Amino acid sequence: MGRILLGFTIAIVVGLILGYFIWRYKLVEDTLGFVVTALQSIPSIVWFPLAIIWFGLNDFSILFIVTIGATWTMTVNATSGFKNVPQLYQRVAKVYGSSGFHFLRTVILPASVPQIISGLRIAWAFSWRALMAGELLGGGGGLGQLLEMGRSLGQMDLVISVMIIIAIIGTIVDNVVFSRLERNVEVKWGIRGRA
Amino acid sequence: MYLRIDGIEKSFIDDRKENVKVLEGINLNVKKGSFVSIVGPSGCGKSTLLYLVAGLDKSDRGEIRVDGNLVTKPGPERVVVFQEAGLFPWLTVLENVTYGLILKKMPKEVAKTKALDVLKMVHLSRYVNSYPHELSGGMKQRVSIARALVMEPDILLMDEPFSALDEQTRMVLHKELLEIWRKTKVTIFFITHNIREAVLLSEEVVVFATRPGRIKEIIPVPTMKDGVTPDSVTLNTEQRILSILQDEIEKVLKEEMGDDYSFKTDHLHRGDSGDMGSHI
Repeated sequence: MGRILLGFTIAIVVGLILGYFIWRYKLVEDTLGFVVTALQSIPSIVWFPLAIIWFGLNDFSILFIVTIGATWTMTVNATSGFKNVPQLYQRVAKVYGSSGFHFLRTVILPASVPQIISGLRIAWAFSWRALMAGELLGGGGGLGQLLEMGRSLGQMDLVISVMIIIAIIGTIVDNVVFSRLERNVEVKWGIRGRA
Repeated sequence: MYLRIDGIEKSFIDDRKENVKVLEGINLNVKKGSFVSIVGPSGCGKSTLLYLVAGLDKSDRGEIRVDGNLVTKPGPERVVVFQEAGLFPWLTVLENVTYGLILKKMPKEVAKTKALDVLKMVHLSRYVNSYPHELSGGMKQRVSIARALVMEPDILLMDEPFSALDEQTRMVLHKELLEIWRKTKVTIFFITHNIREAVLLSEEVVVFATRPGRIKEIIPVPTMKDGVTPDSVTLNTEQRILSILQDEIEKVLKEEMGDDYSFKTDHLHRGDSGDMGSHI
């Protein structure tokens, strides 16, 4: 669990920063933006062989693929979130003298929050998958390892139970954390009425 | 002169990569504390001029000075009230209004007191802690005006602020804007395409010609000392502006619909000949 939280957090931070640069500079968009789109289409588990060579068969490799699985989606979502900040808000902020980091903090970031949340959600799903795949192949304990153990012992009941647990955890996180976050923002912004 | 607009020129590159001149040779002086409106057909560059004064856009030639200072970038002394309120949906009404003050490094408590005062002036004291989506269109625009006024700007720039509102709300806001103007003595630079609105509110109406945008005529609006202008005077001024604008409107329509289009006006209805003798 610690692995995914750490990897996920790194992915968010990196995604936001990359997203910022892609949004801010045309040159970065034309170069890095394209690479990110390409990288996004690579399933994160494909990185695993490389990760093993680089870091060895350990926790760090799993952390690496968890992170890389979520980063690109987060980048793409953050970029489009920043790009879709209405011109009007930007103009208003500039009229009142906002610029630089203040402009980013008080206008661009909050205005792209809805899109960033949906980015988080997809990024979470990706890193969750990456984690399972990584554990299954890499070891170091966790549900993936349990699954692998079930397979080698031929205990299908264990395998199925683990699958169900994986589904339950995924659902709980999505429903409890992200849906609630999304709803709060939507209610506050008036996109959706109070339920 | 307080606001000096001197020989402003501005062109855009359009979709067909052609250079389109939007503003040409704009010279305009606005006295401190006056209320000046700009009317003109759509696409005549009146909003562009406002953005130039706001510092949101840069002119190709010419300069704009406010109180002797050259305008180079946007600043809180020249705030804009946009057509849409443009309130930040993630902030409450109060936070929206104090946004600019806190940016100016004003202590929170002072900013809050000021904001509350201004919100009272626009009759929104009850909605201080609401979020923008809980307000109606008219109320949003009030908040937006409050947010501008709280900065105590030198010039209040208004870009068709009431055109998205319904007629009743607009009437009420007209009245309130005039009250605010008299109370605060702020200079107001008001863009609209509604001739009646321009005549009702301002002391001077600048009529714009189009393609390229330039000033066609500046018409003073006669106002009585008590601030109430008789309808006949208003109507007369309105007619005068309309007749000036007619050529321009026709020009725009011809460009859009083809040369055979002609914008006919009914001379019996409200024309000079249908005046029923009120000029006697």
